[in-house]
Amino acid sequence: MSGRLRWRKFVSGFMLAMTGVCALVTVSVLFFVLGDLVVHGGTSINWNFFTKLPAPVGETGGGMANAIVGSAKLLALASLIGVPIGFLGGVYLAEFSGSTVAFVVRYAADLLNGVPSIVIGIFAYALLVLPFKHFSTIAGSFALGLMMIPITLRSTEQFLNGVPRALREGSMALGASKWKTIQAVVIPAAYRGILTAILLAFARVAGETAPLLFTALGNRYWSHGWNEPTASLPVVIYTYALSPYEDWHRQAWAAGLVLLGLILIINIVARAILSRGISVPRA
Amino acid sequence: MTPSAGPIASSRSFLSRLRHGDEIAHLITFLFAASVVLVTVLLVFVLWQQSLLPRHKFGFDFFFTRVWDPVSEEFGALPFIYGTIVTTAVALLISVPLGLGAAIFLAELAPQKISDTLQFFIDLLAAVPSVIYGLLGIFVVVPVMRTVIEPALKNALGFLPFFQGPAYGIGFLTAGIVLAIMIVPYIISVSREILLAVPREQREAALALGATRWESTWKVVVPFARTGIMGSIFLAMARALGETMAVAMVIGNTPAISASLFSPGYSIAAVIANEFTEATGDLYLQALVELGLVLFLLTFLLNGIARLLIVATTQKGSKTAQV
Repeated sequence: MSGRLRWRKFVSGFMLAMTGVCALVTVSVLFFVLGDLVVHGGTSINWNFFTKLPAPVGETGGGMANAIVGSAKLLALASLIGVPIGFLGGVYLAEFSGSTVAFVVRYAADLLNGVPSIVIGIFAYALLVLPFKHFSTIAGSFALGLMMIPITLRSTEQFLNGVPRALREGSMALGASKWKTIQAVVIPAAYRGILTAILLAFARVAGETAPLLFTALGNRYWSHGWNEPTASLPVVIYTYALSPYEDWHRQAWAAGLVLLGLILIINIVARAILSRGISVPRA
Repeated sequence: MTPSAGPIASSRSFLSRLRHGDEIAHLITFLFAASVVLVTVLLVFVLWQQSLLPRHKFGFDFFFTRVWDPVSEEFGALPFIYGTIVTTAVALLISVPLGLGAAIFLAELAPQKISDTLQFFIDLLAAVPSVIYGLLGIFVVVPVMRTVIEPALKNALGFLPFFQGPAYGIGFLTAGIVLAIMIVPYIISVSREILLAVPREQREAALALGATRWESTWKVVVPFARTGIMGSIFLAMARALGETMAVAMVIGNTPAISASLFSPGYSIAAVIANEFTEATGDLYLQALVELGLVLFLLTFLLNGIARLLIVATTQKGSKTAQV
């Protein structure tokens, strides 16, 4: 073997090994993040964390019950806004629309998907905070719901398009109307994929902080109804982490662990739903 | 009989015109789809209209003024634009080699099962919220930067203007590193797809000519996928520009322009996050909205370029595959 060839083989082996190192480094970041949160946050989670209101500034103890409930309310309303629009819009794109309209809708959705979350926050502020002169759960939910639309819409379209033509034709041949076909055959065939997409969209907005900063704001007490500013887990993590109090840092870690745990579990469940054999039932 | 026949017949024909709800379903789904377009147009309109005051008052000087002084109502975006560009550049310098390397490993080297498992973890990594990275940034990365990495860089490369000045821990470099971690998953996922779309024949031809495995990857496969990989980088760049929380937590939030990567700075998204609720006066608030508009236009542009590049490559792949 000539020296030149040996050198080339060495370079090849070395560089390929380096690519493996790159992949390992990236993946290990995930475990580093998880491990750090478990170590710092795990010791801080206790029953009070889930059941108590925040303690007055300067006192230790207290919990984040209001932020947990606030996040739940924000996400529930956001889903009510984002999922129907995304889902039905996706049905329209896949089943009804002509190519020009579809292009415009798709373009708008992709544009919306690329908008930085902080800009979505500005938009929700201008639309729902400025005219009413107060921060509210509704404004925060609107911002989050807006962010759920593009993911839900594009995936619904994609999974509906993936349903084989033969299924549609079979249903039509039995005399079903187009809507009956869509609703009884096409959507059930694609529901796993669509459900996965909705869960992923939900998980994505669950951790969003930027759009909530000046829509839902924050609240150290319970937020009543939908018209008051409300606390939420991501925003609490942000404000607590930047605070000068040791005890708040501890609670920020705990909240971070709860939030990340929730998001990762939803992600894993969503992917499991999809991979357990997709959509098309054997006819 | 005759009097009642009229309405029934007409209602029947009305129903049949509706074709068992087909038209209703069409209309309803259309309204929802149209609302997406409407909201997007409204978003652009609101940003434009709500930034009227500073656009008229400062014009293009807004982008070239270094002063950001809410008290005397002087607003210039230069420090924020600078901070955004510098942190994004640092993030790309780190994440592009790392991401491309990992993508090559996943697409070219790893067996399917390992590749899929690693990709699953990388997808999870992409799902970690920004604020969590910020949290780790403050309490883990910043101390390490201050005590270990920045002093080491100063010793080794202190003659360069980028690595001078006191090591605070917070600043451009730290923000860039945290950003790099956040955008790496996007580069990997997209580049992996692109590399997998490169036709098999390309690799086989190179190997048949006696190229080593690395040479076939680096000199044939990667150049073939080049435009698509560029697309993934633009996509990641758009993400990095708009990234708010993690950057706001570690960049130091000081509207200053400094050549040193160790010094604290500010980014467009971070200043909006920090000052929006405190903005007093219409001009102040609208100057922040104008920053949002700038951010929107930048990401819009980058995403557009990214999509074109990615589509171009995947089409190239499928075309050659058919030939």
